[in-house]
Amino acid sequence: MSEEKKVIVELDENPEYIINMGPQHPSTHGVLRFEVSLQGETVKYLIPHCGYIHRGIEKMCESLTYPQIIHLTDRLDYLSAHMNNEAVSLCVEKALDIEVPERVKYIRSILSELNRIASHQLWWCAFGMDLGGLTCFFYGLRDREKILDIFEESCGSRLLHSFVVPGGLMHDVHPNFKQSIRDFIKYFRKKLPEYDTLLTGNVIFQNRTRDLGIMSKETAINYGITGPSARASGFACDIRKVEPYSAYPYIDFKEILYTKGDTFHRYKARMDEMWESMVILEKLLDKMPDGNDYTAKMKPVIKLPEGEYFQRVETARGELGVYIVSDGNKTPYRLKLRTPNFSNLFVMNKLTAGYKIADLVAISGSLDLVIPDIDR
Amino acid sequence: MEQEQLKEKIVALLPEAEFMTNKQYLDVIVPANKLHAFVTTLKETNDLKFDYLFCLSGVDWQTYFTVVYHLTSSEFGHSIVLKVKTDGRETPEVPSLYDIYATAEFHEREAFDLFGIKFTNHPDLRRIFLEDTWVGYPLRKDYKDEINIIER
Repeated sequence: MSEEKKVIVELDENPEYIINMGPQHPSTHGVLRFEVSLQGETVKYLIPHCGYIHRGIEKMCESLTYPQIIHLTDRLDYLSAHMNNEAVSLCVEKALDIEVPERVKYIRSILSELNRIASHQLWWCAFGMDLGGLTCFFYGLRDREKILDIFEESCGSRLLHSFVVPGGLMHDVHPNFKQSIRDFIKYFRKKLPEYDTLLTGNVIFQNRTRDLGIMSKETAINYGITGPSARASGFACDIRKVEPYSAYPYIDFKEILYTKGDTFHRYKARMDEMWESMVILEKLLDKMPDGNDYTAKMKPVIKLPEGEYFQRVETARGELGVYIVSDGNKTPYRLKLRTPNFSNLFVMNKLTAGYKIADLVAISGSLDLVIPDIDR
Repeated sequence: MEQEQLKEKIVALLPEAEFMTNKQYLDVIVPANKLHAFVTTLKETNDLKFDYLFCLSGVDWQTYFTVVYHLTSSEFGHSIVLKVKTDGRETPEVPSLYDIYATAEFHEREAFDLFGIKFTNHPDLRRIFLEDTWVGYPLRKDYKDEINIIER
């Protein structure tokens, strides 16, 4: 008889097990890596690693003229292209003290709201898909196509428009602009309840989102969270209300606020924003003046007077800040982009710690991160 | 609160503050060694309550850097801009505000990554976008990268 062999396996009390989620994980919606430390299935802590598509847009801007910069801002948050264009345009106009025609203000706000709906639709598709409901993707994209058609008709492109430029718009909108938006609202009012039937009321969906990743109002303010994610926690941060710009001061609308701040309420905040955006669109369309002026008189070479200018704009994901330091040349001395997703990302550790790894996908989906906007 | 009122309050809180004229916000230049205590008072004073840091940026002024803090109050809605000048550009140092605003931790990492401004007491001062082995700080005006940046 041979001697009995003993295998000793030492079980560590608290083994640290680290996995990488991303950079090519489908539910990070882009190249973002989460370093997740797990204990069993529970997340102990999470470290986001970004910079995989850092393109140095701020550096590039320092050697480009203001009309050229517009084309780079599309590429930040590509789902809020109009708002990004508008932010830089408004900042340049503020510096030059230019008043754009009333009609342009209305068109800009209309395009922003359409863009907001399109962005929330895509978020809804992806959020449903992250949680296992693949059908959502087809419903959402079917309706988003209608908005992209309106963009194509008026702006010439579907995703990266570069349509809003300093001084006004690139060119006039299509004569059918108002009618096609009215048709879309009529269509989408019928379709949006389908979203609720399909996903909102679903028991599995509710169980996977309610009371999950709760963010208090204090946390939201402290971490600089903005957009629907913060408004679900009761932080009234809508720049359209706080520092109104374009045509928003002319109309009356509701700021969607929830108080609980869990994943489900972040979901609800965005769903309600789609409804509210349609109301805003109708009000803007009713008030929009007729005519064909689409730009203010601009000099061929734009040179900003020496100084510092800041413009805040509400994109689909939160507050975009453009900070231009000018030394009087045709290129900015320094251009800082305060992007909403950059701030929104870093609350992930606080929200996910203590939850299961499957919930991580739900929580990151509810923050609606767009990675190019983080990395710039 | 109007800019004039705000200015009076700040003169009372920090007599050595310098002011700059700006149409939009009140610009205050704060000495680096007073920054942390001053911002804590700004956040905790009852009628100021600057609790939301919405932008933190670095600017390279050739001989020195400035760090620009945009603060606003979520309750009252008034805003202020704080500017801190660094001492030269060899070893730029500014105190970290991570314990006052959680978001500052990550914006400071960005300023460190792209400008090389060192934030003292920062818990985790690493590069955020570029890889750790990257040489130089790209947003500095004297940064040269012949391979990747085309000079015009």
